[in-house]
Amino acid sequence: MGYFNTVFCIFRKDILEEFKSKEVVNSMLVFSLLVVVVFSFIFEPGSDMKNEVVGGILWMSFVFAGLLGLNKSMMTEVQGGNLQALLLSPVDPSSIFFGKVLSNFTFMAMVEIITIPIFTVLYNVNVFAGGALTASVFFLGTYGFAVLGTLFSLISVNTRTREVMLPLLLLPILVPVILASVQSLNIFVLGHDHALAYPWLKILLIFDIIFTAVVFAVFDFIVEE
Amino acid sequence: MSKEKILDAALIILVPFGLYMAFIYAPVAKSLGPNQKIFYFHVASAWISFFAFFVTFCTSILYLMKDDFSFDDIAESSAEIGLLFCTIVLTTGPVWGKAAWGAWWTWDPRLTTTAILWFIYVGYIMLRKFIDEDSKRARFAAAVGIIGFIDVPIVFFSIRIWKNTIHPNVVQKGGGGLHPMMLHAMFVALLIFTLLYFSLLIKRVRLARARRRFAALERAS
Amino acid sequence: MPEPIFRLDNVKKRYGHTEALKGVTFELAEGDFMSVFGPNGAGKSTLLKILSTLTKPSEGDIFFKGTPIKKMKDDFRRHFGVISHQPFLYENLSAFENLVFYGRLYGLKDVPARADFLLKRVELLARKHDRVRAFSRGMLQRLSIARALMHDPDIILLDEPYTGLDQHASLVLTGILKEQFSLKKTIVMVTHNLPRGYELASRIVVVKGGKFTLDSKKEEIPEKEFEEIYMQAVS
Repeated sequence: MGYFNTVFCIFRKDILEEFKSKEVVNSMLVFSLLVVVVFSFIFEPGSDMKNEVVGGILWMSFVFAGLLGLNKSMMTEVQGGNLQALLLSPVDPSSIFFGKVLSNFTFMAMVEIITIPIFTVLYNVNVFAGGALTASVFFLGTYGFAVLGTLFSLISVNTRTREVMLPLLLLPILVPVILASVQSLNIFVLGHDHALAYPWLKILLIFDIIFTAVVFAVFDFIVEE
Repeated sequence: MSKEKILDAALIILVPFGLYMAFIYAPVAKSLGPNQKIFYFHVASAWISFFAFFVTFCTSILYLMKDDFSFDDIAESSAEIGLLFCTIVLTTGPVWGKAAWGAWWTWDPRLTTTAILWFIYVGYIMLRKFIDEDSKRARFAAAVGIIGFIDVPIVFFSIRIWKNTIHPNVVQKGGGGLHPMMLHAMFVALLIFTLLYFSLLIKRVRLARARRRFAALERAS
Repeated sequence: MPEPIFRLDNVKKRYGHTEALKGVTFELAEGDFMSVFGPNGAGKSTLLKILSTLTKPSEGDIFFKGTPIKKMKDDFRRHFGVISHQPFLYENLSAFENLVFYGRLYGLKDVPARADFLLKRVELLARKHDRVRAFSRGMLQRLSIARALMHDPDIILLDEPYTGLDQHASLVLTGILKEQFSLKKTIVMVTHNLPRGYELASRIVVVKGGKFTLDSKKEEIPEKEFEEIYMQAVS
């Protein structure tokens, strides 16, 4: 079976599972909306200062919700030894991994698609002022989060403390993704020259490419006992 | 005499020599005064922590390739030493910063990257403590050791872009205008810290091996 | 003489300083049913993990029909069906969906028909659309047997499959194992269940301290004698 067929097979299974249980996306969504609301207490309602921080608030809500979802989504593979069964199947182990990345990316994207309009209404800012550029930021940032997040959630659920390790490992390594996503959103919201966002998009792209390649190279070794 | 003993003996002589170079041989800086002396320890520690994490990176790759736990022992030991020196960098940095720029902390790319580096390797060491099974611990830690190290330059560049676009780059740290005698002291410090690193590494790796043997004996009985 | 399914040549497995297998050499012919007994920590599970390629040996070579396992591509794992004490099932999916997922992962044709056939075989057809979460332990095990047989493997590896089984599941498992044995499938079963393991096997192995202390055809060793050897190994 082809590599991408396996990726899709895993993805389809995850979506079906989520469709039936609604465990991952629902909890992520509520959490992300909660962050959006709670963070609004940082500044006075209607103050101009909000424009400089909204990008950060939006991304923090995705990051925290993402951390929650990643653990949940990986737990289904560890419970009942499913990951072992997947590794026993006649497919490339990394295709299993990228199937999980695709699922996690989709869960995150679903949360973003619902959170962003609500966020726009609550804060009265237009994050999509950058048009396709804004969309690229969300796409590349979410992918970067999903690819390393999936790997670290696999590591984290295998520790004694389960979910505790995930944010501790993931957040420092994701600094470039968070910084780039937040800063470029700020550029769009504040109406600065959109060309200023190019270096950030470049950083996101480099990050995504490098870590896709690294994980592709090391994943087989990491899961083999 | 074993190589390790020779190394230790050399350090006993060299460390006072390095202190002499830093405090007496090198002239007192014109603008910063004696405060500048911390520079020798700060830069040498930064070098060692970076070098130590590089060793962890290499031995992590070797472990995954060769499946030999002695590489894992080196990776773990080096990360711990790296973290120790990284902590020294993060404490000496603000001391220098307060004297040079009047603020303990500036979100300078080097300083900030070091702080992120510190968190990455604290995570690495915590992860090791939270996994009981030897081979799992070694494999997962190796993944973090590899990814964490590759991440460092990306973190550095992203923070530099941030500083350049959002806040003007007011401070330029660096050794551009160093007195030649200061440079001598600097090189001596770098050499001594490097030797110190290897001496610590040898001892720490031996401890890691002893622990592993002990655990094996415990399991066998 | 045809090449054996497995040939292990002085295979060792170390975890750090702990040696789980201390040089195991044996051949497994096609159609053999090997029951592996031994005390806890003897290396039985490690042996099974090595045979199923989940783990690589630290030393020594494994040949599959004469070819070193190291040179095999991912696809070669379709020869194996593994039944473990873990169910390998997604609890939010129904019995049918679980089987269909694994069938697709293995790239099979006519997946739904195959799933129905196996559900019937393990007597779960009536519960086909129920979520696995609601299944009893025995039902889980029966479904997990069906899962392992979805791709009709030539080699079946079982890790203590009888542990915690109810009467019904135990009967179903025994029936299936007998049937697979008569179909000339190669079977390796690690078990603590002496009478069952002895009854089904064509070959009896006792592992202790990472080594084979007994390796004999069943005809050559009466049950009483085997039990004595086993008791000695365990004590």
